[in-house]
Amino acid sequence: MTGRALITDVQNTWCPGCGNFTIQHTLKKILAEMETAGRSLDDVVLVSGIGCHAKIADYLNINTFYSLHGRTIPVATGIKLANPDLTVICCCGDGDCYAEGLDHLVFAAKRNVDITVIVHNNRVYGLTTGQYTPTSPLGFRGKSTPSGTAEFPINPVELMLASGATYIARGYTKKMDQLKVLLQGGIAHWGFSFIDVLQICATFFPAADYYTPRVYEPADHDPASFDRACALAREWDYNSDARIPLGVLYTAAFPGFGERMATKAVTAGEREEAVRQLLASRI
Amino acid sequence: MKIDAGLFEYNDRKVTSEIRSCGGGYGGWHHANVYTCTCITVSCGARMTEIKEVSVLIGGRAGDGINSAGALVAQLLNHLGYRIYLYFDYPSLIRGGHNFAIIRGSEHEVGTCREKLDFILALNQETVDRHRDPGHAGTAVIFNADLARSDGQGISLQDILTSEKAPGIMGNSAIIGGFAKAAGIEWETVETVFRRHVPKGIDLNLKVARRAYDQLAVARRIEPCSNPPLPLLNGNEAIGLGLVRGGLEAYVSYPMTPSSSLLHFLAGEKEKLGITVVHPENEIAVILMALGFAYGGKRAAVGTSGGGFCLMTEGLSLAGMAEIPLVLVVSQRTGPSTGLPTYTGQSELQFVLHAGQGEYPRLVVAPGDAQEALLWSAIAMDIAWKYQVPAFILPDKTLSEGTYSVDAAGTSLPSTQAPPAWDGKPPYLRYADSPSGVSPLAFPGAKDAVVKVNSYAHDASGYTTEEAEMVTLMADKRLRKQEGLITGLNGYHQVNVLGLAEAPVAILCWGSTKGVCSEAGTTLGLRVVQPVVLAPFPVTRLKEALAGTTTIICVEENATAQLAALAQQHGIIPDAKVLRYDGRPFTYESLCARLKEVVP
Repeated sequence: MTGRALITDVQNTWCPGCGNFTIQHTLKKILAEMETAGRSLDDVVLVSGIGCHAKIADYLNINTFYSLHGRTIPVATGIKLANPDLTVICCCGDGDCYAEGLDHLVFAAKRNVDITVIVHNNRVYGLTTGQYTPTSPLGFRGKSTPSGTAEFPINPVELMLASGATYIARGYTKKMDQLKVLLQGGIAHWGFSFIDVLQICATFFPAADYYTPRVYEPADHDPASFDRACALAREWDYNSDARIPLGVLYTAAFPGFGERMATKAVTAGEREEAVRQLLASRI
Repeated sequence: MKIDAGLFEYNDRKVTSEIRSCGGGYGGWHHANVYTCTCITVSCGARMTEIKEVSVLIGGRAGDGINSAGALVAQLLNHLGYRIYLYFDYPSLIRGGHNFAIIRGSEHEVGTCREKLDFILALNQETVDRHRDPGHAGTAVIFNADLARSDGQGISLQDILTSEKAPGIMGNSAIIGGFAKAAGIEWETVETVFRRHVPKGIDLNLKVARRAYDQLAVARRIEPCSNPPLPLLNGNEAIGLGLVRGGLEAYVSYPMTPSSSLLHFLAGEKEKLGITVVHPENEIAVILMALGFAYGGKRAAVGTSGGGFCLMTEGLSLAGMAEIPLVLVVSQRTGPSTGLPTYTGQSELQFVLHAGQGEYPRLVVAPGDAQEALLWSAIAMDIAWKYQVPAFILPDKTLSEGTYSVDAAGTSLPSTQAPPAWDGKPPYLRYADSPSGVSPLAFPGAKDAVVKVNSYAHDASGYTTEEAEMVTLMADKRLRKQEGLITGLNGYHQVNVLGLAEAPVAILCWGSTKGVCSEAGTTLGLRVVQPVVLAPFPVTRLKEALAGTTTIICVEENATAQLAALAQQHGIIPDAKVLRYDGRPFTYESLCARLKEVVP
């Protein structure tokens, strides 16, 4: 379908000032450019989890699989293996992807499956009205932790470096032009792409005043350098006060899961013959 | 047939049960022909007597290759025209425990073991100590004389291996060669079977087998039957081939006994069959990945056991809500929790019937043997796609890891019907309402289709809704598929009637106990009714099958009689329950004894 309206008529229920608008608008622009460049949007699938971020499945007029909390990545992996011609994008939340579904994230990176994972990392559960997530800072006072969390956040960028992701970037919803470049780069990258997007939750974690003065784009960074990427990943640990590097932190070219898993298709006749031979071999 | 009393003394068996057992007990066996079957001849010294079947036990330590040695014995009997059932018993460890396989051959179909053994092949002393019944003089024992002492004939495996400079694992070939001689099997048959089924080092294995063959004397001759040999498949292999015949394109599974051999089988054959096989990080990923495959247009199945299925239930409910076709193979073992990983059980029926939050139709089938597994796995895949529902195949350890003769020619393919496809006119509505409740399918990549599936309550387009009227409409649409499902199933043989079809006392059983129930039922003069389909519950067919009964005895391998509870919900009230839940399948003898306690 060419020239389609990319935003559906479904009523948008994100809070005013929510960073999800930025991500949706960025994706919309990217989709429009893909179509202009000749890519049929019939071949694009977006998989979402459950949480505020996931409403994007209702709002974007493309193929979507509105899945379960934490389960975007295995669904996306199955879709990509089923039809390698599809462009498969996961929109997940930080509670979604770093808590409930962390194992899937690590394994998708390990496999280098050719999907793009965009984490709407607002560092708080919004839809369940304000509890801490795996990236909330130590001492975060949420509804389930009124005296403050007793645990340090994880650093998902460092985790992805350790897990084998071949495109690792960090974006920020107040830096939309850069975000578009990062997401586009991830979609274009052949292999597992991970973009941690620092997203403002206007209601439960309005952290723009913290992020804006601290974010920066490292000059002359060579994303092919794993050691340098590790250093940048560790510069900010999602907890201590530090500068926050944005941009493509790491890229690498490795063979992907899909091509290694691919089995040559057989015709129905060949398959029936194979079954017949298998049965005959058991005599 | 001549009946020689000496046989029955010799075998320490009761005449009546011995004769009736000749029927093997599967469908089609009636009193009328029980006495006309041809029997095999066993020679015992100077006495020539007749029996109709043979049971062989081979045992040793875990790691001795008992399962593959048992498979070779099964093939020897197969090539003599016997129908086979092989039961493999092993503890949940890699090395050191006691493993044994019982291979039962009969001129007619079999699906269970007998306790009385004609041959024991003992790779160690423990096999003799555990299985040699001193009260049963008829057993011929062939043992590894290096490690065991017994009556019967010993072979020094070490001497043979040293003479042939053969590795230790080939000791099994010596035992099998010795067995072949003791059973009076022609050397040509041994050579044929080895050449077909020994994966490597065939010539050396044959030399090892031949040395033992030449050392031993005939103890009990097994005469050939007139049947042609048939393919031998374990239940999981039959399920795998059935799924492939139903159009399987992707199999996703995390290893869990007793489902793992299905994963191994399909992974080993994936290139030939043109399927993708994935072993992901856990069972949650398994089912979600399979749903991704199905959304992408590929027919997918998952396999696990009860514990792994616990992790799949949120994905199951998603399949129900999002109307994504999926086949789930849940092979039962003894529970709860880790339970007995390598032993059997039938305790997941009620779990599978009710698993997953919310209400949506599902198919549950429990094949009774490999032949039914081959057929019903194809049907399950077909139905899952036709009605866009989850379809369960519910075997257990006995079926999954038991080996059976399979007559594939007797398993006609179901009429595969493609699910209704979208007509290509936008807008595509993934959940378009219809009289049947089934919506036309399109897959991402289809021109001008925007394919939206959703775990939330949704409208016809797949957009999230909380609007009361739409929620009700879509719930009704999903549940309406059940009506078509029931009608569609009426085209299949959903309930088996075995044993003595007109008898007033009926055994009601399901799944892998089909074989043992049918055999015991034939002996004891009972009707045996086995529903293969358990959801939607085939109540009409079941009532027809039970018509005229005065007593219903439920036989199940669980502690709470789960089929009995299900039947009771539908107005069928069992009078007695015969339950076993120690992880071991009923044997013919144990079931007969238990039935006699309750048969009026």
